[in-house]
Amino acid sequence: MRARNLGLVAGAALAFASAASAEELRPLGKLLLTGGVTTIEGSGGGGLSSWATITGYETRDGIGANVHGTLVELPDYQFRAYGAAVGFYDRIELSYTRQAFDTQGTGAKLGLGKGFTFHQDVLGAKVRVLGDAIYNQDSWVPQVAVGLQYKNVDKAPVIAFLGGQDDSGVDYYVSATKVLLAESVVLNGTVRATKANQTGLLGFGGPGENDYSLQFEGSAGVLLSKRLLVGGEYRTKPNNLGLKEDDWWDLFAAYAVNKNLSVTAGYADLGTIATFKGQRGLYLSLQAGF
Amino acid sequence: MLTALIMVAALAAGAPENPNPQHPAEEAVDPYVQADANAGAKPFEGDAMWKAFHGQAGVDRVVDELVDLSLKDPRIKDIFEAHDMVRLRRTLKEQFCYILGGGCTYSGRDMKSVHKDLGVQNTDFNALVEHLQTAMDHEKIGFRDQNRFLAKLAPMQRQAVER
Repeated sequence: MRARNLGLVAGAALAFASAASAEELRPLGKLLLTGGVTTIEGSGGGGLSSWATITGYETRDGIGANVHGTLVELPDYQFRAYGAAVGFYDRIELSYTRQAFDTQGTGAKLGLGKGFTFHQDVLGAKVRVLGDAIYNQDSWVPQVAVGLQYKNVDKAPVIAFLGGQDDSGVDYYVSATKVLLAESVVLNGTVRATKANQTGLLGFGGPGENDYSLQFEGSAGVLLSKRLLVGGEYRTKPNNLGLKEDDWWDLFAAYAVNKNLSVTAGYADLGTIATFKGQRGLYLSLQAGF
Repeated sequence: MLTALIMVAALAAGAPENPNPQHPAEEAVDPYVQADANAGAKPFEGDAMWKAFHGQAGVDRVVDELVDLSLKDPRIKDIFEAHDMVRLRRTLKEQFCYILGGGCTYSGRDMKSVHKDLGVQNTDFNALVEHLQTAMDHEKIGFRDQNRFLAKLAPMQRQAVER
């Protein structure tokens, strides 16, 4: 039965591939790094912030896709995420990522139990609405995209105990990305409407606030070679739970080994999380695809 | 002896006039209005970029390698087929020289005309950029200077890519 299912899947994949070749889909058309890397929420962008870039190495004449794995090692917690994303015609991006927020030994101190782990599924969709970050170097107009992320976190009783109003929510965002090629600089700004606590890992809304608030994400990087972008990001966050939720920032280096593999390493400061201060540590993310 | 005979025969038959007296090695092109504006970008001021590209010798090497790599690239070589590579190399060298502040006059056609009906896609445009980057790397042109130049060329995507 399983073999038969696999056969069906393979058949469907072949049919898709032959349909694709009939339309002459051309993969890998983008320039190195210009599809961005993968954020903690699975969208194409930087590390903490979603950008207006559409993931994958496709141009408007193809389809691109990638998988990613991300780890943030903090003093009192560990964050992990893995997922997949597809870019269609450099226009539409669909993504899925599964996050794990592992309280490790801290779980016992919080009364949750050692190794208590929140999991969150994030389904993302993004559409490029105007501009081109790279080509239009004779204009200040950036590439602009709008997106949403549907998030659903488990451990609803704990979320409710913390004061979270909901265990699922939707973020809506607008991003503008510009490569200032003459300066070898990459800039992104994102405005996000969200109810999420710690990006949703601690639920949505709270006793202090149950409405959407507008938050800002800013990224700036310098291209040191066509393979290497170094920069930093800042992301504001609401404080719905009244647990002194901090803004996040990071410093990162994204390196494209080739169009199939990129590595992002950085230092992320996630501030205070669930009363534990100084959550700063190594950020590491791998992205593989085409 | 045989050659001489053929030449005499050709002369007797009335040899065709050279179609392109100014550039005898090139094929003739339909007439057009020459202007530096056809180069599609304003030149850099000063000679810093011209020096960064090692002057005419450097630009010649970059353009020749760019064309060589493109002709070998299965993604894009078909686009160049049936086109005059002698003329392409000459006009590209002029265009690069003009934009880089080398003081050349650009005698080629504008970017929309030269790419008309070639069916260039973004993938092709980017493939050419990759070869240009390779050629500039080999010429040891600094990455930031490469990007300054690419910033001048990037907007030409709107004229080069038709679909």
